[in-house]
Amino acid sequence: MGETAADPDLPLVTQARAGDFAAFEQLVSRYERRIFATAYRIVGRREDAEEVVQDTFASVIEHLPQFREESKFYTWLMHIAVNHALKLLRRNRHGTDRTMNGESSDSYSDLPHPQFIAPWHENPSVIAENHEMQRLLSDALDELDDKYRTVFVLRDVEERSTSEVAELLGISEANVKVRLLRARLQLRERITSALGDKSRQVAADHRHE
Amino acid sequence: MKCDELLKALNEYVDGQIDPAICEDFANHLAGCNPCQVVVDNIRNTIALYRSGERYEMPPEFHDRLRKQLREKWSTVFDGESQQTH
Repeated sequence: MGETAADPDLPLVTQARAGDFAAFEQLVSRYERRIFATAYRIVGRREDAEEVVQDTFASVIEHLPQFREESKFYTWLMHIAVNHALKLLRRNRHGTDRTMNGESSDSYSDLPHPQFIAPWHENPSVIAENHEMQRLLSDALDELDDKYRTVFVLRDVEERSTSEVAELLGISEANVKVRLLRARLQLRERITSALGDKSRQVAADHRHE
Repeated sequence: MKCDELLKALNEYVDGQIDPAICEDFANHLAGCNPCQVVVDNIRNTIALYRSGERYEMPPEFHDRLRKQLREKWSTVFDGESQQTH
């Protein structure tokens, strides 16, 4: 197991691998809500998130005998879930320009410059309690390109490291960083345009050359 | 620092993963640049908002449906295997 801390799921995984459905069910209960929430943020629809959860645990059943304990069970599980979410996005977005666009690299050139710059009129913890605001957040997330949204969800919401996200998505760390920046800039713009305090707006033509 | 360089630095500054040399330049810049301070603050708030935001609750009926489907899947994989004779 190297220097990594022991995997807390290992006892249940071992029992499940030996054919114990109850042990497997405990693993499902432990992680289904987290997988559901992450999948929902990536795919954007409840029915699709349910499909991702279902396909993820079905894949776990199929591949459990091959699970090698080289990574933690949760990391392995999340890897499977992200792959199913991406597969579903590709299927749903077929023929549109919002797909993941393979591994193509994004660049730092032509970054969208912040337009509406103003402090928010309320504190994030107050805003988070408001239903209308939750709608705004989910709409803004949904408007992001899939490739930006996926990186944002894994990095900033799930708090996975840059290297983990690069591995999960099969892209370079540099690409994770630039996609994250583009996601953050777009979300900042959208949310600040709704929550920014106009009386304290600062120069929109602010440029550095 | 130019805009694109600042934006790139900003991302790493928010993550606390910035090269110390660039960090100093960036911190100096921030100290004298209110718009950049506000942008950094907006981005931090945006992240905080999504992190503390909506819990996507699993529908209760899905909980049962999922169990049923997984139990079926389980029996095709595990029980199917145990019934095979070699």
